[in-house]
Amino acid sequence: MFNSIPLLTILALLPLVGALVLLFTKGHVAKLVGLGFALTTTVVGVLVFVLSRGTGLVESAPWIRPIGAWYALEFSGMSGILVLLTVILVPAVFIAEWNVGDRPEARWSTGTFFAMALAMQGLALYVFMASDVLLFYIAFEATLIPMYFMVAGWGGARRTSAAVKFLLYSLAGGLVMLVAVAGLYAVGSDQGKVSFLFSDLATLDLSGTVGKWLFAGFFFAFAVKAPLVGLHTWLPDTAEQATPGTSTLLVGVLDKIGTFGMIKVCLLVFPEASAWATPVILVWAIVSVVYGAFMAMGSRDLMRFVSYTSVSHFGFMVFGIFAMTTQSISGSIFYMLNHGLSSAALFLVVGYLVQRRGTADVAAFGGVQKVAPVLAGVLLMAGLATLSLPGFGSFVGEFFTMAGGWQRYPVQTAFITIGMVLSAVYVLVMYQRTMTGPVTPQVAETVRTDLDLREKAAVVPLIVILLALGFLPKPLLEVADETSVAIMNSSGVTDPAPQIEEGN
Amino acid sequence: MITAPTIEWLLLSPLLVLLGGAALGVLVEALVPRASRYLAQVFLASLSIIAALALTITNWVSAEPTIAAMGSIALDRPAYLFWTLLLLFGLGSLALFAERSLGNGQSAFASSAATVPGSPLEREADRLHREHTEIFPLLLFSLFGMLMFAAANDLLTLFVALEVFSLPLYLLCGMARRRRLLSQEAALKYFLLGALSSGFLLYGIAMLYGYSGGFHLHEIADAITAGTGSNSLLLAGIVLVGVGVLFKLGAVPFHSWTPDVYTGAPTPVTAFMAVATKTAAVAALLRVFFVALGGARWDWQPMFAVVAVATMLVGSVIGLVQSDIKRLLAYSSIAHAGFLLVGVVGVVAAGEGVALSSVSSIGFYLLAYGLATLGAFAIVTMVRRSGGEANNISSWRGLGRTNPLAAGLMTLFLLSFAGIPLTGGFVGKLVVFASAWDGGYGWLVLVAVVFSLVAAFFYLKIVVAMWFSEPVEGETAEVGTPSAWTWGVLVVATLGTIILGLVPGGVLDLAGTAGQFIR
Repeated sequence: MFNSIPLLTILALLPLVGALVLLFTKGHVAKLVGLGFALTTTVVGVLVFVLSRGTGLVESAPWIRPIGAWYALEFSGMSGILVLLTVILVPAVFIAEWNVGDRPEARWSTGTFFAMALAMQGLALYVFMASDVLLFYIAFEATLIPMYFMVAGWGGARRTSAAVKFLLYSLAGGLVMLVAVAGLYAVGSDQGKVSFLFSDLATLDLSGTVGKWLFAGFFFAFAVKAPLVGLHTWLPDTAEQATPGTSTLLVGVLDKIGTFGMIKVCLLVFPEASAWATPVILVWAIVSVVYGAFMAMGSRDLMRFVSYTSVSHFGFMVFGIFAMTTQSISGSIFYMLNHGLSSAALFLVVGYLVQRRGTADVAAFGGVQKVAPVLAGVLLMAGLATLSLPGFGSFVGEFFTMAGGWQRYPVQTAFITIGMVLSAVYVLVMYQRTMTGPVTPQVAETVRTDLDLREKAAVVPLIVILLALGFLPKPLLEVADETSVAIMNSSGVTDPAPQIEEGN
Repeated sequence: MITAPTIEWLLLSPLLVLLGGAALGVLVEALVPRASRYLAQVFLASLSIIAALALTITNWVSAEPTIAAMGSIALDRPAYLFWTLLLLFGLGSLALFAERSLGNGQSAFASSAATVPGSPLEREADRLHREHTEIFPLLLFSLFGMLMFAAANDLLTLFVALEVFSLPLYLLCGMARRRRLLSQEAALKYFLLGALSSGFLLYGIAMLYGYSGGFHLHEIADAITAGTGSNSLLLAGIVLVGVGVLFKLGAVPFHSWTPDVYTGAPTPVTAFMAVATKTAAVAALLRVFFVALGGARWDWQPMFAVVAVATMLVGSVIGLVQSDIKRLLAYSSIAHAGFLLVGVVGVVAAGEGVALSSVSSIGFYLLAYGLATLGAFAIVTMVRRSGGEANNISSWRGLGRTNPLAAGLMTLFLLSFAGIPLTGGFVGKLVVFASAWDGGYGWLVLVAVVFSLVAAFFYLKIVVAMWFSEPVEGETAEVGTPSAWTWGVLVVATLGTIILGLVPGGVLDLAGTAGQFIR
């Protein structure tokens, strides 16, 4: 019944149309129209998710015949989960950044911010639903344009250079990926299968040296996106300067493209090369986890703090992906969703705080809990979700990642747990430094109001969803399992046999 | 007894129409009164180009590939592809030539090129609103030469064609209305260096003749297959012919004329050179090196690979520090010459199971690049200050605020140059790189991508200046209101850039059918 309606195209085009409409709308109306489009997209996204249960949804049409590129979309498993994340975060960001254009330092109006965010959302939806590597690549690169304007348009004093740094890093990753895409064409041409469909690419023989190079090209691009240590320096710099809503979308949605791509491209198309690179990547991920945690501990700037926690957590996800067990990959996918939500909550609450105080310096705070108890409470909840306290969905994700990883790599998994311990330390220390203790005169002077209804409306739903996922993870874990089982099947890897037999 | 030459009139009609139009244009200068010359010339020139285009497309569709005019012109599918491109670009350039609304009824060309700059005679000519309508026949002559250059099947035709399209260009370069001394210097520089490079080409042709005993491309190819000639003659010929053509392409180390000439020449002429000269040069390069010297490609592929790397390096790195928009676009064109050479090096011949041959991917690249270049130069002619063009990038600051439309279009063209997805430039880079990799030059693709990133940086510099910088007091440029001519170019360039970026399939299919040279 729904096969005749191009639901996936409608879903992806809806925010893009919204962005276009917003270009021609002004003032308060633009904000309402923007929010309307965002909420409609959420409704459509959830609807599509429900409809896709069971069989999944696909669309496919030839696009650039000579090079075998297809306009092909699919909605199942991991794609569905990340689409859900995207459609949930955008309205939350809109509500939280309702007045972003009214601040003196803003370059453009709130309406323009919403337009850029919607454009980014539409392109991100294309990334998550693409089943053709060229379509994936194009949407992947195109997300940079609205994101660049979002960073450069609203935020701190040095945001223009932060935006350029973000763009150059991402562009470097993207262009290396372009080489790999060209290479995939060449390999396909040699083997007589000119096609960019993921399903066709998975059948290519890429076990040789060329395959390893191509894998490296893709992995590099994804490791810049979902920043692994060494390629991460753009993230704290950008998050420090960008407005919290931008950082939320950057870390919550755009960076997930990196981990998404590692599963969708690296594992699916290059199983041999992935296996070959796994030992190095696991160590790299562990270093990321630990390094990000220590940098978070040492951060004097709250925005940098949040972004370093993300560096650490992306290490977890990458570890789960390359540990190559059904459980660890499912955990990683589930964790992507939860990390998106928890980092969003944290960014937005910290943003409220910084907005009131006028600085993000940790040392400038103290005793906020006494003057703004609700804000402090929400910050604590967001922090606890970030440190993966049981009860929050992020715990389930992290636990599955490690439980799956243990089956194959017990030693490495032991190192990963350090990150879990450290996360408790940095979150609680941050809370202690900013919220507890005596109220400093500056805080008393600047933090006069607690969260208002609008501010709560943006963050509280995120925390509610995190709690719901913590107590009821099974439905979405099963969705994640679809992808991980498919990956395990196509790469021909089986889970290690349990060491203790059932019933003993 | 002398046998009469056989001429395939219908097949050669695009060439003849252009030549006829140009010759008639000279007559118009002599016979039509001054007041109505502009209209007559513009009408004649556009009609000739459109007729030539229509004939080219008809022949492309209906005629079998063949060698015409006693073996001197090869009318194969690549020739038709490049002719179509050249005529499209010629039409776009013509529109820029014909623009008179921006300068209060005056074109971008000098009122009287023969007067000494700053002299009473010049002021007199200005006062009388004199103008050179000879620019239109000159454009047609040049375009005719380029078409011949792209289809030349023997080296003598190649040389004559080179001169036919170069001489009018030398003249046109010296005819700018503003900054005339700079313009004349540019023309002289272009002429001297151009003459030198013609000498190289001629010398190379002599070497290849000495090697093979023939001027026809297939004779040289046969000689290489037979392998009987002297190898040193062949290598010297390859290098010298390469120098001659690479000069026109603006490849390093024969690029030094490009920035000065592009800056000094009237902007419509710069646009014409940046798109049409480059197209003709690439077309001839492909034909000579694939058809005649294809058998010796192991000898010249490394040479071109090195030249490509050097060209991309110089174009993108020196482009970073430019402060004049025309100079910056000149270095950008050098960088793009490098990217085009990446496609040449791969040498992927069309055939069964080959989706992207070198020729078809380069053809697509040229179309995307040409559209964006014409559009960008159209914007350059529109951004003005105190009567002339404001070419200093500092004058472009804050343009996004004062004129979002012009700044938006310029941004689109710059993004296409940079190869950002959803623009034609991206698909162009993708297909060229894919075919180069297919030809075994994966490392060159990697290098090319690195330089794409460097080049993207200087395009972004203009984007940042337009959208994020505060205007400099007293240096702010205004955007003139152009006539339908420039708007036409802008609309086609914009639509083309977007369509090639979103749905390139059709054009790529078409280019894909045009990959096979005949001998």
